[in-house]
Amino acid sequence: MSATSPASVESLDPPVAAGRRFVSELVRNPKGLTGFVLIFGVVFIAIFAPMLAGHDPTRQVLEARFLPPVFAEDGTWGHILGGDNLGRDILARVLYGSRTSILVALLVVFNAMVVGSILGAIAGYFGGLLDAVIMRIADFQLSFPFILVAILMLAIVGPGFWTMVFALSVALWVRFARLVRGETLKIRELEYIQAAKSIGVGHVAIIFSHVIPNVLPTIIVIATFDVAEVVIAEAAISFLGLGTQPPTPSWGMMISEGRNYLFENYWMALGPGIAIMTTSIAINLFGDFLRDTYDPRQERL
Amino acid sequence: MTEAASPLVEVSDLTVHFAGRGNVLGRLLGKGPVVHAVNGISFAIGRQEVLGLVGESGSGKTTTGRVLARLVPPTGGKVRLDGEDWLGLSGPALRRRRRNVQMIFQNPFASLDPKWTVERIVAEPLKTHERMGAPELRRRVASLLEGVGLDPRLMTRYPHQFSGGQRQRIGLARAMALNPQLLIADEPVSALDVSIQAQILNLLAELKASHRLSMLFISHDLAVVRHVSDRVAVMYLGTLVEIAETKTLYRSPRHPYTQALLSAIPDPTRRKSRKAIALKGEIPSPLNPPSGCVFHPRCPLAQARCAQETPKLRPLADGQWAACHLA
Repeated sequence: MSATSPASVESLDPPVAAGRRFVSELVRNPKGLTGFVLIFGVVFIAIFAPMLAGHDPTRQVLEARFLPPVFAEDGTWGHILGGDNLGRDILARVLYGSRTSILVALLVVFNAMVVGSILGAIAGYFGGLLDAVIMRIADFQLSFPFILVAILMLAIVGPGFWTMVFALSVALWVRFARLVRGETLKIRELEYIQAAKSIGVGHVAIIFSHVIPNVLPTIIVIATFDVAEVVIAEAAISFLGLGTQPPTPSWGMMISEGRNYLFENYWMALGPGIAIMTTSIAINLFGDFLRDTYDPRQERL
Repeated sequence: MTEAASPLVEVSDLTVHFAGRGNVLGRLLGKGPVVHAVNGISFAIGRQEVLGLVGESGSGKTTTGRVLARLVPPTGGKVRLDGEDWLGLSGPALRRRRRNVQMIFQNPFASLDPKWTVERIVAEPLKTHERMGAPELRRRVASLLEGVGLDPRLMTRYPHQFSGGQRQRIGLARAMALNPQLLIADEPVSALDVSIQAQILNLLAELKASHRLSMLFISHDLAVVRHVSDRVAVMYLGTLVEIAETKTLYRSPRHPYTQALLSAIPDPTRRKSRKAIALKGEIPSPLNPPSGCVFHPRCPLAQARCAQETPKLRPLADGQWAACHLA
């Protein structure tokens, strides 16, 4: 046997191979593909909302007040999903509302992911007092429901778009911290970490170059599910009037506004309701696919 | 003996205790159970000498290696490396000196970061300790890979694309990158097929000769240890029970444990097998090691004295040392 012959015939560069694998797995997975296409659709809508809407989402037209949707009696194609209590076009508001939802979800998950992962990796890697302090804070916070923590934070810092982003980020970091800590505990005993230590690589370099990259697939899977949850949480908080402030359209706030008219003019809540449902289902489908493909060990948390 | 005037490594009275899994209160008060992983062992490794360290699992041989690699903090004792207090170093001073002691690991599937290319893996020690440009770094990596019998063109690949033996070569290239004085080989061939074992052992021997290496070779495989070691140390339950030149030890073991261990090796040249000395029972828990001689509960020759007095490692003939009252 020659020691110089590679063990595997695979000679593709891994980035290329990873990309191809993603595509080939995705087309074979109807659930994942559905999720991916829907997510793509939502993002597309968020980006091109001004071109798709046809109406100004904040413009109030008296004749359009409580205008029924096109599929109901008296509906018109001019306002496909009808008009709200102030005569604003609901379709336009739903389309623009996707921007709020997506932006909040991405910002929050990104913040929570970065902060949570780093703290979790530090806790798991160093152990001892640092671990105890970080994880007790996390446990304390985890003993309250996620949304309650967010609302609590908002009650302290006051309502608004950015404070909502902040509050949700604070409420969400613990999940990443717990997860990454657990994975780090496992990885830190592995011999390549021991090897790096015996070489004399510093702790910070070990965490960022060995630990985090090896936890990343798991982190990304969890992040996907959390995006769906944050979309719903944003809606809930805006529904309560603590998040996005009028007149900026947000799905949650639209449902909140429609609540008073639910019996006579159900369609005010219908459009944003379907939007929230579709988006979160899409992300969950895609998240399931990512988990099954890249992280089969990880059961839904 | 290959030992020069002053040995490279001098270990004296090394002790490693781990806090066991007691309750929180006990651990806070420092009264939890204690695992006596290594209990006051002393030995030396000469320059360009290979010291084999054998023992069953739980004997503390791996822990000993890890203390020498400064991966595990010792509880007590001293280690002098090239005359310097090796355990006294810490922080940046320790990190700088780590290049002198490198390690290769048992599991070639866990010792290389799966997300890194071979080039990056082998370059890691060079980047950590030396400043050099990318082309120079690449040249060094290439020559290191050649030095362990791997095609440098494979350096852009990832560990999963290699076999166990090839991965062990990569690990060896990484360990050799800094030209260490001491190589700690922790069961380096235990995870490999027998045919590959021989290749890696020969490679180790070559590197040892060409780089004037000293080596601590940790293994449970008596045949492998006999093949590579100049001297052999035998550990049992955290204690060094016997140390001697390889030939002497295998020809005339003096400690009853070593005798039992060696008698268990099948000898294909004899028609009728020697009678293996069967030891009673299991290796006791290091949480609560036996009094006196740690081997006495299983020793076929044990006497009343063995349960009370701890035998010291004492010199016999021919540089052979054993820790037994009866040897």
